[in-house]
Amino acid sequence: MIKDIYLDNAATTYPKPDLVYRAMDSFAREVGGSPGRSGHERALESGREVLRAREVLAKLLGVGDSSRIIFTKNATESLNLAIKGVVKPGGHVIISSLEHNSVLRPIASLKQEWGVEYTVVPCRKDGSLDLDALASSIRPNTQLLVFTHASNVVGTLMPLGKLVEIANKNNLPLLVDAAQTAGRYPLNVEEEGIQLLAFTGHKELFGPQGTGGLYISPELDLHPLMEGGTGSDSESAHQPYFLPDRYESGTLNAFGIAGLRAGVEYIMGEGLEKIREHEKVLTQHLLEGLTKLHNVKLYGSTDWDRRVGIVSFNVEGYSSAETASILNEKYRIAVRGGLHCSPLAHQTIGTLGRGTVRVGLSYLNTMDDVDCLLDAIKDFA
Amino acid sequence: MKSREKRRGKSESDGKAVVLFHSSNYAIRAEKLAKRERIEVKLIPIPRHLSSDCGICLLLAQDDMERVKNLLLSENVSYDRIELI
Repeated sequence: MIKDIYLDNAATTYPKPDLVYRAMDSFAREVGGSPGRSGHERALESGREVLRAREVLAKLLGVGDSSRIIFTKNATESLNLAIKGVVKPGGHVIISSLEHNSVLRPIASLKQEWGVEYTVVPCRKDGSLDLDALASSIRPNTQLLVFTHASNVVGTLMPLGKLVEIANKNNLPLLVDAAQTAGRYPLNVEEEGIQLLAFTGHKELFGPQGTGGLYISPELDLHPLMEGGTGSDSESAHQPYFLPDRYESGTLNAFGIAGLRAGVEYIMGEGLEKIREHEKVLTQHLLEGLTKLHNVKLYGSTDWDRRVGIVSFNVEGYSSAETASILNEKYRIAVRGGLHCSPLAHQTIGTLGRGTVRVGLSYLNTMDDVDCLLDAIKDFA
Repeated sequence: MKSREKRRGKSESDGKAVVLFHSSNYAIRAEKLAKRERIEVKLIPIPRHLSSDCGICLLLAQDDMERVKNLLLSENVSYDRIELI
């Protein structure tokens, strides 16, 4: 029997730790009520479960007041809430050339609708950011800086400390897209001075799809993306001002949030240091293996201190989709080919036409998984 | 029988208070903090005469009011008001 190997964790992590499946199963069977609605025991317990999740996330991300963490359905919704909640007509936004469409498209839509302008600060081919170009692109009407923490295509980490410094110096809010880093790289948003941080639950936080969140600093007042029932201030026709209710309209995905809570507790139990070390060993083994193959072109930096376990490559003579498809059909290895919803990033590394084959490693992958991938490429390429 | 009912009535209404919150998130946080301090509290639906909202409030003994107030203040849990019931 051929072993089934999953290396598409940068899209969604699979499998999840056992705790996650158990937490969701027990919530669904034993709790089941609506969080923040009604006063009966199933509703209260559901509310307690959501609070536990909020508090454990606040701890992981270095947030003092857990009500500043807003639950959303994924990083895309968090980024939309942050961008559309901050940017006003006549404004200007700065992003990097590694941003995902979940950043580019909401801003392009504001451009169409309100004439909002934006500047894309170039990154070099290895993914490193041109900080001088960033500083010189700030204008009097700049309202927001949006930067990914790590590229979802080449895995390069952005210089977060320097970005915060530039944002603070210019009195501008910085929105960090931590979709690929929350749960695998240490983050301490309040200590580091990050004002907005978007994350998703279904990648390295090991939660299920349909969970995510946004941290909003007390210094900011965002316009809500949606209005609706919050279980509070119900006699008023207007959205309440207090958090998290202001940004959490409609019944939350408490079932998913229960799983996310378990995922975060798993991470905290293992420790980020251990998680990053394991990922380092796997990533370096993969990078070394791919570098030795003469018909493989590798993208991004090989310096571990500047990256996470997301690796992009191409095999000579094959499109990225062909390579992904051969790995799937012949070797039962799941990777992702194509553009990964990030045309800007592919433009940056010169693969807009061809895309890349992307390997997303997770803490639950093994050296054997990486060896199987390397053997498969050697076999067919 | 009559005197027992009277006594029970007294212990259930007199001497109690409820803390009303803007958000159930705060009410649940308050419950957790109070329990950690071993203060006897209970989350209950907001009594009809106090609000028409669908929310919940924290029931406690009037004797514990100051302790709970200080606890909420020190832990940054904002609340709307406290009502004697």
